[in-house]
Order: sequence, then C-alpha cells, then structure tokens
Amino acid sequence: MLGFLAFIPRAVAQGIPLLFGCTGEIVTEKSGNLNLGLPGVMYVGAISGVIGSFFYENSVGSGSVNPALAILIPLACSIAGSVIMGLIYSFLVVTLRANQNVTGLAMTTFGVGFGNFFGGSLIKLSRADIPSISLSKTSACFRARLPFSDSTGWFGDLFLSYGFLAYTAIVVALIVAYVLKKTRIGLNLRAVGENPSTADAAGINVTKYKYTATCVGCVIAGLGGLYYVMDYACGIWSNDAFGDRGWLAIALVIFTLWKADLGILASILFGGLYILHLYIPTGMDHMERKELYKMIPYVVTLVVLIITSMRNRREDQPPQSLGINYFREER
Amino acid sequence: MDNKAKEPLIHLTKRGQIPLYKAILIRIIAIVIALIVCAVITGLTTGINPLEVYSSIISGAFGSVRKTWITFQDLSILLIISLALTIAFRMRFWNIGGEGQVLMGGLGAAACMICLGERIPNAVLIILMIISSLVLGAIWGFIPAFCKAVWNTNETLSTLMMNYIATQIVLYYTILWEVPKGSGKIGIINQNSHAGWLPQLFGSKYLLPIVVAAAVTAFTYIYIKYTKHGYEIRVVGESPKTSVYVGINVKKVIIRTMILSGALCGLVGLILVAGINHTLTPTISDGRGFTAVLVSWMAQFNPFAMIATSFIIVFMDRGAGEIATSFDLNQSFGDILTGIILFFIIGCEFFVNYEIHIRNHKKERER
Repeated sequence: MLGFLAFIPRAVAQGIPLLFGCTGEIVTEKSGNLNLGLPGVMYVGAISGVIGSFFYENSVGSGSVNPALAILIPLACSIAGSVIMGLIYSFLVVTLRANQNVTGLAMTTFGVGFGNFFGGSLIKLSRADIPSISLSKTSACFRARLPFSDSTGWFGDLFLSYGFLAYTAIVVALIVAYVLKKTRIGLNLRAVGENPSTADAAGINVTKYKYTATCVGCVIAGLGGLYYVMDYACGIWSNDAFGDRGWLAIALVIFTLWKADLGILASILFGGLYILHLYIPTGMDHMERKELYKMIPYVVTLVVLIITSMRNRREDQPPQSLGINYFREER
Repeated sequence: MDNKAKEPLIHLTKRGQIPLYKAILIRIIAIVIALIVCAVITGLTTGINPLEVYSSIISGAFGSVRKTWITFQDLSILLIISLALTIAFRMRFWNIGGEGQVLMGGLGAAACMICLGERIPNAVLIILMIISSLVLGAIWGFIPAFCKAVWNTNETLSTLMMNYIATQIVLYYTILWEVPKGSGKIGIINQNSHAGWLPQLFGSKYLLPIVVAAAVTAFTYIYIKYTKHGYEIRVVGESPKTSVYVGINVKKVIIRTMILSGALCGLVGLILVAGINHTLTPTISDGRGFTAVLVSWMAQFNPFAMIATSFIIVFMDRGAGEIATSFDLNQSFGDILTGIILFFIIGCEFFVNYEIHIRNHKKERER
C-alpha cells in the first residue's frame, strides 16, 4: 500500500507533460489539423522557457530571485516560442495548404534541433562540467507546494504535492472539454474540423479558427515542455532528455477519443505505464527484461488504437476532415 | 461599389498543369531563399560568417575521397528507405514506421550473425540473414497494414507505435548479447572471422549500398509505373471506392504493398548491420525512417526525383557534422538549418499547385 501511494504521485508527475501535449493536440485536431510537429513544439516550449530563466537567473547573479518574475519570464518565453511554432505550422498548412504529415515531421526535426542546439549552447555558456543546465532557483518557484501539503499525510502526498503547472494542466483540460462541448466557439471549432465547407457556408471564418486553434494548441503543448524541465526535471535541461513524450501525447489523443476530460485520467495512467518498469522486480540477472517492460505504453496504445477502430462507433471517430486541408474553391 | 470593397485582394485558383521548367524554377528559388534565410540566422545566432559555414558544409560532404564515398553511401541508404515508403505512400498509406522496419531488419541480420556465425558456411549464413531481415521487416509492415485493411486503424499512429516497440525489442537483445557484459553495446560482430559480413564489391567497401540503391530505384520505378500491382496501388490510393467497383481487392493490395514496403526497409537494416556498421544499436536507423517521409514527399513520390531530394538532405546532414566540429557548434545546428530549408521546400509547393491572381479593380473598371 505504501509503495502504491508513492507510485501515484510519480505517475502523475510523468503524466502531466503528456496531459498538456494531449490537450493541446486535441484543440488542434478539432480544427482538422493533425499536428505531428507536437514533439518539436514541446521542445521549443521547454527550451524557450529555459533560455528566459537562464538569462534571468544570470542577471540576478548570486542574489535571490523574485518568485513572480522567475515564473512569469519563462512562462512568457515558453508561450512566445510555442506561438511562433504554431504560426509556422498554420501558415504552411492553412495558408499554403502544405501536406500536414510532412509539415509536422519537418517541425519536429526543426523543434528538436532548436531545443538541443540552444540547450547545448547554454551549457557551453554556463561552463558546467556536466552536460546540463541547472536552473534550481527558477525550479524552486515552479515546484513550490501548497503550504499545508506536508501536514496532511497521504492525502497531501496524493493531491497537494505538485507544482502549480500540474494543477494548471488539469484545469486547462477541463476548460477545453467544457469549451468544446458546451459553447458556441467549441461548436464552431468542431464544425470546422468535421466539415470546413459547411462551416464556411454557415459564415464561420475557417482560416481564423484553424489558426487560433493550432496556436492555442501549441501553447498548451509547449507548457508541457516547460513543466517537464522546470518541475519534473527540477530545472535541469539536458539534451534529448524529453525523449518521445511528444509522440506519446499524440497517441493519447486517440486513446482518449478526442475527449480532453478523459485525457486527465488517461495521461496519469500513461505516466504510470511509462515508469512501471521501475516497479517490476527483475533481479540483477535479467536486467534486459526491463527493456521489454518499457514497451508497455506503446503496446497498450497500439492495442487501444486497434480496439477503437474495431468498435468503429460514430462518436469515437476522429474529426472528419482531419489531415485534409481546406480550399474553398475545391469541389 | 460596396460589393467590390469587400472582395478580397488575392484570389487563388488551382493550377491544372504547370510546365516542368516552371515547377523546377519555383523549387530552386525556394531553396535559394532558404539558404539566404539560413545564412542570416546563422550569422545572427552564432556570429559566424555564413559563407564560411557553407564552404564547410561542402567540405564536410565532399572534402575528401572518403567523405565523398560516405556521402554517397548515406544517400543510398536514405534513398532505399524513401523508395520503400513511397510504395506505401502511393496508396495513401502513411507509413511512418520506416524506423522500426529498418531496426527489425537489422535485428534479423544480427541475430543470424551472432547465433549462427562461424557454425555454418558463410554463403548459407548470408542467405539466412537476407531471409530473416526481409521477413522481420515485412512482419513490421504487415501488422499495421492488416489492422488498416480489416479495421481501418489509423496507420500513421500504429506504424509510429511499432517504431517504439521495435526499439525496445532491439534494446532487449542488445543487453542480452552485449559484449563485454555490462557495456550496453553489442560491439563489432564476428570481428575476427568476418562471418556474415556482406562481401565488398570491386574491392570498395562503399559500393554495395550504392549498387543496391540503384537497383531498388529502377525496380520501384518499374513496379509503380508499369506493373499491374503498381496500377492497383495507384487506384487504391486515388479512390478506394473505384477500386472496389473495378474489382480490386483493396485489403489484399494494402497488405501486399506494406509487406513489400516493410521488406525493403528490412533490406536497409541488413545493409546497415552486415554491410556497413557490423553491429546493432537501437539508433542504427538514426531517424532516417522519418527523414525518408520528407524525401519521398518532396520528390512528389517520383523515384528519380528522390535521388535529388535525398541528396539535399544527406548533403545538409553531412555538412552539419562538419560545422559542428570545425566551428565548435552543436550537432543539432544542422537540424535547424535542415528544418528551415524543409519549411521553404514544403511552402513552395503552394506556388506550384496554386495560381495567385491579384485583383486589379482599376483595370476591371476601365473595361
């Protein structure tokens, strides 16, 4: 029981970047854009925040940081970086009607390269012995717990032990679910994703919705990168550490059947699967089996993917125009 | 008048047919602009003279005989993967699983080399290696294809997941076969006996992949353009309903095509493991399964144009390595430059496919 209680917070911490990515991708996909550049966007969101806080921490020197600035500067940088990525994608896909898969993959190449290049450059600037940047002061602000979380025992550990971005992720997911389901904007957005020509005929500005949804989606996803560096990794950036979480987030979108509120539970489940291999005893003789256990999240995703396609229910389907660009004059 | 004021200034129409020279010209202009933008960004972010960067890119790719050979070897590897994916793309099957299919092919070859090497005659061993590479690659293509054909499972994501599953399987065997124990690496397989190493052609160790790539290019071109299979692939890609109507078995075509696509990727795994690296690592494919998607698409799925597009990518990649060492920059800088160039190439397709009319109200009124 104690082991399980310790497992949950770790699963949540693993799940939050996935949740941000998943929520962002849901918003984007609901507008009919399949953004395979998500891993790149999350890298850019992370490194932009790191760049911002790196220069802020350096300008403060050995003094103490202002908590509000330490949070706002990386946050603003991260959002700016993600918006630029979103604009690049939207411009290519919506305005220039480029192939979405190809654009997405190019964005991933660019974004991951961008992250690792500037990460590497900052590492050189900081003249550290180890190949990573440590932003412990900023991270401390991001990781600040609620003041009464320590005194509430297991309840505190389970529900109150996270940094503010983790709660933001859950709130954002709930807001997205609400907006998509219950508001006029959500209805319009879904119309754009399902059938843009009908939406266009109904007087909805398709281009505006696609641009906005993609950029908002990128910002949300970028926050996932920021959370990973500042909170999960304790402010330590090392190249390629973020790994394949971006791809997993895209898979989660299908896993959750494009429902943002379901994403909260699903991403925590995935976070758990992601670190499950640490909890399965293998003994020293069979370390290689750990590699097989690491396969679990991918196999589960694949199985869910197949099961949802087998059931083939109408309400479980992706937005109808997903992956297809809209050109008004095409019949 | 009021109506005219609301009319948008720019009017787009889809082009029917564009003369080839114009299409090529647009792409060349895009690449030139991309290079200028890259130069400006290089200057701004690193303070290095961009001309020096470009000259070192060229010397990275062609600076010496050995470098030139390796450039062409890398080119062939990327080309074969792109061709393999193209067969599937022609069917509008987005096979993003090249990475995993290559890895499984490599695993098949390595397994034969390690378990059977030095125990059976070399010729038999190599035949077994070829078979197991092709079969494992084909299986990795078959699974997503089967799900797509039977349940219409989204292939982009299923092939993607297959990549990670393949990576973990290779990691598992890497630790199982590691030499020496605890190093986490397999090391050079059969270093002394060279059992299972693919033979050198004409005394050059770089020539084999190039010859294979040339053969696969010709094969793919003929297969897509002149065979019944190729025709069926194109019909299924253009319109599955039409293909049902004319009596094509769509499921069979999807599965058959992906088995071929996966097997060709498996062949790359064989060449990488038994012909070039003589070892197996989880990163042996080095992201080429993804790059190949871009290569194939940029060439508009034309096997011969793919030689040019994969050349651009390999050239940039090799050059990036050189920049990294000679200017003490990070290897990832090449990815940024490649990304920017890709954005421009992707964007320029718009000007190939669409015509822009700027509305000139004065002229219209004069009429």
